[in-house]
Amino acid sequence: MLKHLKLPLMLMAAVSLAGCQYEVLAPSGWVAVQERNLLIISTVLMLLIIVPVIFMTVYFPWKYRADREDTSDYAPEWAHSTKLELIVWSVPVVIVAILGVFLAIYTYRLDPYRPLDHTENMGEPIEVEAVSLDWKWLFIYPEEGVASVNELYIPEGRPVNMKLSSSTVMNTFWVPALAGMVYSMAGMETQLHFIADEQGEFQSRSAHYSGPGFSQMVFKTHAVSDDDYNAWIEKLKGEGAPLTRASYLELEKPTIAAPISYYSSVEEGLFDRVVGLCVEENKICMGEMMMLDMHRHAGNLEGAETPDAAATEHDAEANAEGEHSEGMNVLPKSLFEYDKQRSIDGHGHLIGAPSDEGQDDAHNGGMEEISALDVRRMMAAAALSSDGLCLPNQEYASNGN
Amino acid sequence: MATEVAQTTQESISPIFGRLSLESIPYHEPILIFTFLGVAVAGLIVLGLMTYYKAWKPLWTDWVTTIDHKKIGIMYMVLGFIMFVRGFADALMMRLQQAMAAGGAEGYLPAHHYDQVFTAHGVIMIFFVAMAFITGIMNFVMPLQIGARDVAFPFLNNFSFWMTVAGALLVNLSLFIGEFARVGWLAFPPLSGAAYSTGPGMDYYLWALQIAGIGTTLSGVNMVATIFKMRAPGMKLFDMPIFTWTALCTNILIVAAFPVLTATLTMLTLDRYLGTHFFTNDLGGNPMMYVNLIWIWGHPEVYILILPLFGVFSEIVATFSRKPLFGYKTMVWATACIMVLSFVVWLHHFFTMGSGANVNTFFGITTMIIAVPTGVKIFNWLFTMYKGRVHFEVPMLWVIGAIVTFTIGGMTGVMLAIPPVDFQFHNSLFLIAHFHNVIIGGVVWGVYAAVYYWWPKAFGFKLHDGLGKASFWCWFVGFYLAFMPLYALGLIGVTRRINSYDDPAWQPYFVIAAIGAVMILFGILFTFANFAYSIYKRKELACGSDPWDARTLDWATQSPPAKYNFPQDLHIRGRDEFWRMKQEGFKWSKNYSPIHMPHYTHAGFVLSALAMIFGFAMIWYIWWLAVVAFVGVVSFTIYHTFNYNRDYYIPTEEIAETEAKGATV
Amino acid sequence: MTMLDTPVTGPIEGPDGPAHSQHHHHESPTPIGFWVYLMSDCIIFGTLFATYAVLGGNYAGGPGPKDLFEPGFVAWETALLLISSVTFGIAMLQALKHKLNATIIWLLITALFGIGFLVMEVYEFHHLIHIGAGPDRSAFLSAFFLLVGTHGLHVTFGTIWLLTLVVQLKTRGLGEANMRRLSTLSMFWHFLDLIWIGVFSFVYLVRLV
Repeated sequence: MLKHLKLPLMLMAAVSLAGCQYEVLAPSGWVAVQERNLLIISTVLMLLIIVPVIFMTVYFPWKYRADREDTSDYAPEWAHSTKLELIVWSVPVVIVAILGVFLAIYTYRLDPYRPLDHTENMGEPIEVEAVSLDWKWLFIYPEEGVASVNELYIPEGRPVNMKLSSSTVMNTFWVPALAGMVYSMAGMETQLHFIADEQGEFQSRSAHYSGPGFSQMVFKTHAVSDDDYNAWIEKLKGEGAPLTRASYLELEKPTIAAPISYYSSVEEGLFDRVVGLCVEENKICMGEMMMLDMHRHAGNLEGAETPDAAATEHDAEANAEGEHSEGMNVLPKSLFEYDKQRSIDGHGHLIGAPSDEGQDDAHNGGMEEISALDVRRMMAAAALSSDGLCLPNQEYASNGN
Repeated sequence: MATEVAQTTQESISPIFGRLSLESIPYHEPILIFTFLGVAVAGLIVLGLMTYYKAWKPLWTDWVTTIDHKKIGIMYMVLGFIMFVRGFADALMMRLQQAMAAGGAEGYLPAHHYDQVFTAHGVIMIFFVAMAFITGIMNFVMPLQIGARDVAFPFLNNFSFWMTVAGALLVNLSLFIGEFARVGWLAFPPLSGAAYSTGPGMDYYLWALQIAGIGTTLSGVNMVATIFKMRAPGMKLFDMPIFTWTALCTNILIVAAFPVLTATLTMLTLDRYLGTHFFTNDLGGNPMMYVNLIWIWGHPEVYILILPLFGVFSEIVATFSRKPLFGYKTMVWATACIMVLSFVVWLHHFFTMGSGANVNTFFGITTMIIAVPTGVKIFNWLFTMYKGRVHFEVPMLWVIGAIVTFTIGGMTGVMLAIPPVDFQFHNSLFLIAHFHNVIIGGVVWGVYAAVYYWWPKAFGFKLHDGLGKASFWCWFVGFYLAFMPLYALGLIGVTRRINSYDDPAWQPYFVIAAIGAVMILFGILFTFANFAYSIYKRKELACGSDPWDARTLDWATQSPPAKYNFPQDLHIRGRDEFWRMKQEGFKWSKNYSPIHMPHYTHAGFVLSALAMIFGFAMIWYIWWLAVVAFVGVVSFTIYHTFNYNRDYYIPTEEIAETEAKGATV
Repeated sequence: MTMLDTPVTGPIEGPDGPAHSQHHHHESPTPIGFWVYLMSDCIIFGTLFATYAVLGGNYAGGPGPKDLFEPGFVAWETALLLISSVTFGIAMLQALKHKLNATIIWLLITALFGIGFLVMEVYEFHHLIHIGAGPDRSAFLSAFFLLVGTHGLHVTFGTIWLLTLVVQLKTRGLGEANMRRLSTLSMFWHFLDLIWIGVFSFVYLVRLV
């Protein structure tokens, strides 16, 4: 008998020895601790109902089994009881109400967009900008002006204000020991606020399937002392290459199981360009596009001098390609295209590349090249940047890009 | 080790073959070659046996062209079990890979294949196993329970079935011609869009689901009309058996939810084929909208899957407790509540997308609220057993196991409904364990319970008890071994859909899970063995029309029921009419009149075959074939509408003969 | 185990006395079945309207409604479709009076107006694609083409159905089956009219104001 139990016993021992890794239950950061506490509260409240239910589910059929000796309690017509109905509706409602209160409180408290303010004993926050690429993570430290790939260092006891975006497909940023996850999506910026309450090295990864390299899209988050953190930043300033728009586009190309790498400097406004899908030359940023659209909707583009106004003389050729429309203040599609140039096949290889843009004749249809810079000048001239909502970074225009 | 960036060429498209070429056949993947050989051999054996037993003609005349809801129900179940084998094979492959690929090991399944396996597993299990099973059970049981002779639109029923088969066939074709999608079962863009999912895989997904979806939506229309219009005279809505109520709510959900899926998949298809910008990153597209729309369908979908099985539990618990269902009216209202509420919880599938605390709180609370009517149902089953006389027949075993397991799964569901908790559990193995907990506990075991319960009605003999119990216990122990470790892994911080991992400490959990999966395999095999053995021993296992001493009208027919179901028109006086009939000692009168029945037809099969060809052509960009098939569908439909000769009358002599014979096994 | 074998003479007793031997004719389930189908179609359109609401302002630097939609053109299109609904109504009235030829004529007139509507729509689509405002230019245009195009596809299938039914009326007259088909098509046709009013208001009118 014992020898049959050997394998299961071994496995159980292995499981329990390995059990020191339940990071969700024994986390290292305030956000994750709150989430863990909520998990325990809700589990206990649920068990109040679940345990009796499971007990009754097994007990009742046994107790009222057909072949029991005494069947005098058989009540074949009993199929209704208002009292019982009231109990089975109201008890769960009460539990749900209590849980609901906890839910509301904790959901607001732990909103990933909410800066941490749970205690005075926190250091100065650090800013990190995270970009999920195929299939690696880029972390930009805008205040320090450095960046790293697949390695995240944060100082212990100081809040991390993270902004996230993606270069292509959706991912989630997940460090279970420190906080729950949040999606990173292209063309959009999400946020996560978390803190490490103790030093350590924490497993981290994307938790949303994103393609062939997904399983290797792992990294470590290192929570270290302030000194070690500063030392690491210095290391990057010494060791890394500059992260420019060009080197970002190179980094963006799909790789699987990319090694850790460092960047010693980060071009100004690069993350905003990543969010705006306009790192490449000759692209309109998402924010600018949204503003253009808002003003078109409101009719404000009527008077604006657009490059297209000049193109009406090229109608004959242009209409053959079907690209633009007579007298309408529209811009060529190529200024906004993004996905097609990042197309990948099922093995993680690039099919299109940013440099391919401009070779497709249909996009220009014979009319003169219009650059994103032209468009920005046009918009500035039409004073479109007044509402501050989707304000393009005015520095773009002056950078001579 | 980073892979090389290569500029691969765009696929070439020939006018005759589209993008189909010899390259599309996966010669270089040994697993697929092996599978193909297995399928080919099994297929040849089946074809050989059919020819030997001269089964081709009866197959066509009695099954392919049938409009009999009972036969269609059985065919749905057969489809479900066949696809279950494929979906479970995918599961075994995943368990094996994850048990092996620890600490840098690569396992046996390359990522490119593994990613198709987990996508196919989800797609098959939801669309072609669970949906097929519930449609099959509702088809077989519901018309019998309401005293009808068939559904409202029998031809449409046949068409719906074959459209589902067409979708299933397309998914299976992707094994050997081309590949399947690598995007997860819900295919979120941008990953599933034209830029990031090139190749035919994603297109197989889209066309298979659209074709099957048409079948399902029409089936929903059919059953709603049937329940409203075809009940036996005197049967008011609150006299209907509880399973019929759950079938009604399920089909209303189908009619309301599946159109959203149709529209959403259409948009994704247009993105891929015409370069539109519904869900692209650029030019104004919004991938988050897909996530919202697909889950607006997706959440009602899981209630579509479970509600019929709740009805099954109610019927079985009442029958085997020798008591009427406790709180019938409350059960009806609880089902209706669940039906309505299922439309206001969808966002709980993506709390982590950053919608803000207001939105997350709202949907978290609605999700919790929906747990209340569900809990009420569980209590009512318990109170049905209370002070009853409980018989531990195999169906009852499945139901008790299901209630226990579904309850645990429901608990983890309520935990996940709390947004900050979900922030840690979203997409983790905890989530996977939760939904398998409720789907296996609730849906799969409910299906097994239904099969073991209604098999005697469908075929005239019971399934063997011992094999049934063996199957149950293997499933029960296997399930817990397979999925409890996944809850633990979720708490450790392991995410879903990974094909390998660095930390060897995770491996023991995956190994236990794999052992559980093998136990489940035995559970499945025991039931298949039961089918074979019981068919072989059917004379000994023969039962009459009412082997369980049941309460509802379905048991008032012969076993198997005659093609017209009931020899007389029924007049219903209240709930559990059959129970009352038995108390009064009824007998069918011999005063027969001709019975109005619909003709069998090949139209459903032909149209579905054309639809499948259309789907295949669209997948492979064989435009001429797509046009031909489409024109064929339209023309054949028009042609079919010119056939006014759709029905006939069964003469009284035939009825008398059938009734006198009683059903023989 | 069961009481089925206990003999009782006579047919099943019901509250109204012995069961009558004529079979009970259920009302045709076709009308309610078709209504349920139309509701599911409504939800498809609802999804497309919702999509248009969300994506309808995303012009991606391209043309918007003010650049593309011509109120006069749309007004004529709408008139054609609405008139076709009126003529279908007249056809139904004729059918109820059992006037086969009048029914057919009014149905054919309906088809004419329907086809006129479709011709105008195809012309509009062609023009838009030609000037670079096709469905691939922006999310707004994708949503527009899909919503309006889906409606147009429905009208197309309705027209094919109508013409088929005309042939069937000619060969088999206004029997029960054909009356059922006619009233089903009538539901369909008026439903499409209703959807068009939604399209006309929320797609063309709202953005032009």
